[in-house]
Amino acid sequence: MEIVYLLIPLVLILAGVVIAALFWAVKADQFDDLEGPAHRILQDDDDRNPKTTEPRSTKNKH
Amino acid sequence: MSAPTPTAPLAPAIDGASRECFHCGLPLPERSHFTATVDGEPRPMCCPGCAAVAQAISDLGLGDYYRLRTARPAGAPAVPEFLREARVYDHPAVQQSFVRRLDGEVREAALILEGIVCAACVWLNERHLRQLPGVLAVDINYTTRRARLRWDDARIPLSRILAAVQAIGYRAYPYDPARAQEVLERERKSQLRRLGVAGVLGMQVMTLAVALYAGADGGIEAEYKTFFQWLSLALTLPVLTYSAQPFFRAAWRDLRARQTGMDLPVALGLTLAFGGSLWATLHGAGEVYYDSVVMFVFLLLGGRYLELMARRRASAAAEGLVNRLPALATRLTGDARAPREERVAASALAADDRVLIRPGEQIPADGTVTDGRSSVDEALMTGEGRPLPKATGDRVIAGSLNIESPLQMRVTGAGQDTQLAAMVRLLERALTEKPALARAADRAAHAFIAVVLPSTALVAAYWWQTGSELWLPIAVAMLVVTCPCALSLATPTALTAAAGNLARRGVLVTRANALEHLARATHVIFDKTGTLTEGRLRLTHTETLDALDAAHCLRLAAAVEGASEHPIARALRDVAGGDVPAAHAIVNTPGLGLSGRITDRTYYLGSPAFIAAATGRTISGDRLERLGRDGQGLAVLADGRAPLAAFTFDDPLRADAPALVAGLRGLGKSVLLLSGDHPAAVRRVAAACGIVAYRGELKPADKLARVQQLQRDGAVVAMVGDGVNDAAALAAAHVSIAMGRGAAVTAAAADLILLSDKLADLGAAWHTARKTLRIIRQNIARAAVYNAVALPAAALGYVAPWLAALGMSASSLMVVANALRLVGRRPPWRAEVRETQERFFRRPPPAA
Repeated sequence: MEIVYLLIPLVLILAGVVIAALFWAVKADQFDDLEGPAHRILQDDDDRNPKTTEPRSTKNKH
Repeated sequence: MSAPTPTAPLAPAIDGASRECFHCGLPLPERSHFTATVDGEPRPMCCPGCAAVAQAISDLGLGDYYRLRTARPAGAPAVPEFLREARVYDHPAVQQSFVRRLDGEVREAALILEGIVCAACVWLNERHLRQLPGVLAVDINYTTRRARLRWDDARIPLSRILAAVQAIGYRAYPYDPARAQEVLERERKSQLRRLGVAGVLGMQVMTLAVALYAGADGGIEAEYKTFFQWLSLALTLPVLTYSAQPFFRAAWRDLRARQTGMDLPVALGLTLAFGGSLWATLHGAGEVYYDSVVMFVFLLLGGRYLELMARRRASAAAEGLVNRLPALATRLTGDARAPREERVAASALAADDRVLIRPGEQIPADGTVTDGRSSVDEALMTGEGRPLPKATGDRVIAGSLNIESPLQMRVTGAGQDTQLAAMVRLLERALTEKPALARAADRAAHAFIAVVLPSTALVAAYWWQTGSELWLPIAVAMLVVTCPCALSLATPTALTAAAGNLARRGVLVTRANALEHLARATHVIFDKTGTLTEGRLRLTHTETLDALDAAHCLRLAAAVEGASEHPIARALRDVAGGDVPAAHAIVNTPGLGLSGRITDRTYYLGSPAFIAAATGRTISGDRLERLGRDGQGLAVLADGRAPLAAFTFDDPLRADAPALVAGLRGLGKSVLLLSGDHPAAVRRVAAACGIVAYRGELKPADKLARVQQLQRDGAVVAMVGDGVNDAAALAAAHVSIAMGRGAAVTAAAADLILLSDKLADLGAAWHTARKTLRIIRQNIARAAVYNAVALPAAALGYVAPWLAALGMSASSLMVVANALRLVGRRPPWRAEVRETQERFFRRPPPAA
């Protein structure tokens, strides 16, 4: 049973990592739009100006 | 008032080459010429917003801010933190965007409140603000968190009111959609974090709890038991102090205000459970309930988070209306042929300004088109999806969308004077008012809490005295399981969702009681002209009386009418075609007819009596009889010698009128037609619609008497009119419905306005109203039944604390989810925004 004295601190560290990740995700607006990304893949972002050949800059507007 | 006025380009003062906004530090846009005078020097500003704020700061003698500040405000136009609650909001230039001046010094503002977590908060704020001297009215909508505040500026400045809100632990901001979004976003994020912490730590505590429970049965070494208990304690502490903070804060606020709020029982329950466990841990004897504590917090927070999302959806449609006004406008100045463009805040526009609206832009103010031809989407006002063509001389309304090509317009009303603003105010009034039903539910909820607390104490004492260890979990379950919030939520969420849904279809609800009365109406009274009929005459028949052919007669008649706005003139112009000759020397004899000269000959157009008087010739009696039957309109054209032609007109029935009447009768309502018109015409319309009870030739006073008579007999009367006539009868009816396009919004005092001008939408409104009332009743009944069952069950020990938390959250959610059924087909705020963006906001590439 002494193993719990090792396992529990490990679990606590893991929990800390999870909470830190969650705080980061909330701060980084990861939960902002839970529907949009699913639709975005279907949207045509065709360039309206045929002269420019470079791919459109990725605009992460949030 | 020293509103900053954009002036001709000025060289930026002091650091000459500076190309940054003096206030917010953003780079100045090209050709920017906004300035504000700070410390006696004109400073460059990036936008009118910054200019207004900077000018206000300077005018208040707080110019030191710019010397002392160490950081620039983030995002423009930002108000520095120390001024946020301060006097800057008293400044007229700052108030311009959100305050409306009423008579004298009375002002009305839309505010948004931060920190509202339960219906009791609304109550507390309202009570607290109402007792301030000078505050005339406060109404807060729980669903949208918006407040409508009316105060006497001579007795109390706005800043004092805002400070008073802060003093009791909330924050109030002037309502602006961006800020509202920000407040909501911040609240959502903090809830999400609290929920996450409660979830992750809760899992750890649960794991330990399983070990402890298993140990209680199978034996566990005391060493490990103590270790697990202390560990649970350590893990529960952050959940209690961080995640559960909102509950404790709200409870403390309630206690200080000496009232029983929704969070008080929750906070007590948490304290009790945690306190009991702590005692057990310290003494090494008794049960611990750490798992219950974390479970509670997690479930309650989860419930609240879902509720927040649902409420946001319920109010999205109503909010959508407000967000339609663009922030900026392009004003044209200088020479009319080669005007100069400048970007100004839409709120800074004034009457008679000239404004350019590019395709894809929203119209920033009400006005008249002076140049250009385009089509405009007025869906937000009328629910009508089809774009309407607009050309010079046509009226356009703020918030509608210009689609095809550029338009120039002259402003007739801007800012708070637009029809959109009037509409928003009406809708806001409906949403912030508390209908009788909601007030009763609120009172019941407060009384209920007052009962729960002492009964919990009694029950706990009883169980304790029997020597049972269960007294603690039972007391906790009783405190948590009761859910008075469900009672308080029942009505406002349903009303907000319904009003938003209707607004999207072009039916504006302006009174909170309107939907309830509409659903309960027993008698529906219609006006005829403009309500059941289109209110627009149509030529039905042309009868020639002389040698001239009908088409020629029509052109002559149209010419005599000239540019008149009389309904007959419009009907004639509609059919006369393009080549109408010009008439001059037009003489109008009001109520009878007109005369005008066309190529040296005088023509007369008017009633048979007018023609007889003018020409000395009459039309034969039976012919007149035949033409004039059915109460149709009749006009005769004559030259100096003899009558030339007779025209008959009628006012066509609205296509959807018979269906609406049939539908209402199907719902068991008595339908009446009361009109001031000729009885024959009234009979014809009544027959066409299938209305049995009708009366013609009624004066407004007669209609009023009829409404009152019905009401004395116990009827609930709904009256449908054109909103302008019959004001008295409309006001007397339980619920009044006005048909209205555009201008009617500001004039009508109706409870419900049919902006779409379609009777079919009234049918839909009826349907929604009935559904709303049904849902409200369901909600109240379910909340009452839930509480009535849950409390005794908890007192008898049948409800485990975690089940209590689940039950409470579920009952709130059930009520909100039920109300959400009223929102309608699609989640509006995303789909609609994206649709609009995709359709219109792809600007054409600049014509370089």
